[in-house]
Amino acid sequence: MLSLALHSGTTATPEAVQFWFLAPLAVLAALGMLLVKKAVHSALLLAWVMVSLAFFYIAQDALFLGIVQIVVYTGAVMMLFLFILMLVGVDSSDSLVETIKGQRGAAIAAALGVGGLLTSLIARAVQGVPAVGLKDANNGGNVQGLASELFTKYVWAFEVVSALLITAALGAMVLAHSQKIKSKTAQRDLSIARFRKDSLGASAGLPAPGVFARHNAVDVPALLPDGSPAPSSISATLKARGDMLDSKIFELEAKEEEEN
Amino acid sequence: MNFADLLGNDPGWLTTVKAFLVFALCVLLTLLAIWSERRIVARMQMRLGPNRVGPFGLVQGLADGVKLALKEDLIPKAADKIVFIIAPIISVSTCFLSFAVIPMTGKVSLFGHKTAMQLTDMPVGVLFILAAASVGVYGIVLAGWSSGSTYPLLGGLRSSAQVISYEVAMGLSLVAVFIRSGSMSTSEIVAQQHSLWYAVALFPSFVIYLISMVGETNRAPFDLAEAEGELVGGFHTEYSSLKFALFFLAEYVNIIGVSALATTLFLGGYHALPGLTFTENWLGGWFTMIWFMAKVIAFFFIFVWLRGTLPRLRYDQFMKFGWKVLIPASLFWIMVASSFRLMSQRGASKSVVIAAAIGVVIILLAAITLFDRSKEKSEEREALGDVAPPSFPVPQIPSQRAEQLHG
Repeated sequence: MLSLALHSGTTATPEAVQFWFLAPLAVLAALGMLLVKKAVHSALLLAWVMVSLAFFYIAQDALFLGIVQIVVYTGAVMMLFLFILMLVGVDSSDSLVETIKGQRGAAIAAALGVGGLLTSLIARAVQGVPAVGLKDANNGGNVQGLASELFTKYVWAFEVVSALLITAALGAMVLAHSQKIKSKTAQRDLSIARFRKDSLGASAGLPAPGVFARHNAVDVPALLPDGSPAPSSISATLKARGDMLDSKIFELEAKEEEEN
Repeated sequence: MNFADLLGNDPGWLTTVKAFLVFALCVLLTLLAIWSERRIVARMQMRLGPNRVGPFGLVQGLADGVKLALKEDLIPKAADKIVFIIAPIISVSTCFLSFAVIPMTGKVSLFGHKTAMQLTDMPVGVLFILAAASVGVYGIVLAGWSSGSTYPLLGGLRSSAQVISYEVAMGLSLVAVFIRSGSMSTSEIVAQQHSLWYAVALFPSFVIYLISMVGETNRAPFDLAEAEGELVGGFHTEYSSLKFALFFLAEYVNIIGVSALATTLFLGGYHALPGLTFTENWLGGWFTMIWFMAKVIAFFFIFVWLRGTLPRLRYDQFMKFGWKVLIPASLFWIMVASSFRLMSQRGASKSVVIAAAIGVVIILLAAITLFDRSKEKSEEREALGDVAPPSFPVPQIPSQRAEQLHG
């Protein structure tokens, strides 16, 4: 029914309803993507634009394209974006100062160039070429039609793109890779190293914080058998924060006890 | 008449009724799943499990649901309010989508119409399920991010990394099914399996799918996203009341969803067990639904069994397993499966294909044995490596003492 209507150039009612419902939402989301402040919101709006595009594809009987659009763009590419945004720290706002001189002008020129190129390409592709029609294009099945085009006519372009993507992935790995000078110290190595030390004092682990029976708290250093405090019993984080009680009080106390 | 035509003739109201039925079935199955999981795990741990509310504690799930709904709904101050509310909605609405393309019965009559218990039949039905799952990840990621605290963020990142990597393995395991059946539509794949289930014909795919479906649904032993000892509740730490209930519902519907997909792709869907094909006509075809449900429940039991048996994996081991074992194994298997497919398409007889398959298995086994041996040797060398003796006396290593005694 739908494909018939498309074939004769009119739009079926369900499709029109879908279009007038989704298209404004998609445009609003696209505008919002540029205007919202938080990067994650912007990414979400972009994801919505992609999903609504997929709906349009499906409505136009390009089932495979629509579904792959969701799997690849929404599911993989946007997800990676979100990932990075979350890891980098979302609340850090972008600085509006140009770091590269003349970047804004160059960017605008490049955008216009690409836009012009695309327009002329699409115009040349569409003009003078009679439309075959959806029925003929989907003749042997939508997926089969796409597959035979991809793996016969466009196999070279397809392979070039895949080579490019693999190169990009490898490049990212090379950039992110750092050569290890020494092997990673695992739990086992740490344990061996502890026992290799001349004194076996630390091999049983560090003393636990807190003074027995009086200050059973993480911010109080433990007392050693001779009454002196052991600062090593307190977590390094607490020390760095300064959330640590002065150990001198306990030292005095220990001496007093000794005198008694 | 194939399924697409059969379903294409459905009037709108019938599709609506079917959609409602599928939704109700999912919710009902979730309630039963929660109850049966608790009972089965309890039995495995020598306990009784919930047995107070209703006969055998059957309505426990409902009672818990009501309790959850009546709890106070908290939104943390640091949370991003809109995203915090949207996240569980995304999670729960995508998990139901996959049921639209799963054929639950053969041809049946419903309210006087000849139809099948499947909402719609697409030529790319299986991909549709993958797409729904990949949007479902957003629920988890956004829940983690929008909560505005550390544990959920880490849990969300973990679980989305996990779901994405296991989705790759899952997608690859499905490729062999597409190659063999020559279709990506669920009903067509089921129809192709009437003589031989793909669980047998494509055994490696089946194994890879089984493993990755557990990883994909964040279930034990792969439930690293909510590892209580490390991350409290993971991505849903800050959620309470109905929003938490939605995540809970989504998790169980997802489990049933991947089980239903496994049934459809590998266990012959609604078809009866081999040798019992005559039962498919009982109850006017509705008996096929019982077969389908029995298979889905069998998969669900495996999920529970795993949870009752295996301890949780360490995160790096888990990721290593996914990327370095499952994905290369599936790629290799796809290559093998497509060569066999090509062989049989070019007219090779069945015995030739089987002989080739046996050859591949023997070569693989030999390679694995050789690899294991060389690994053992290198490990031995490492263990006996030149380490300086410690400065205090230690007992001799037994193997060294043996060498001294003999040499």
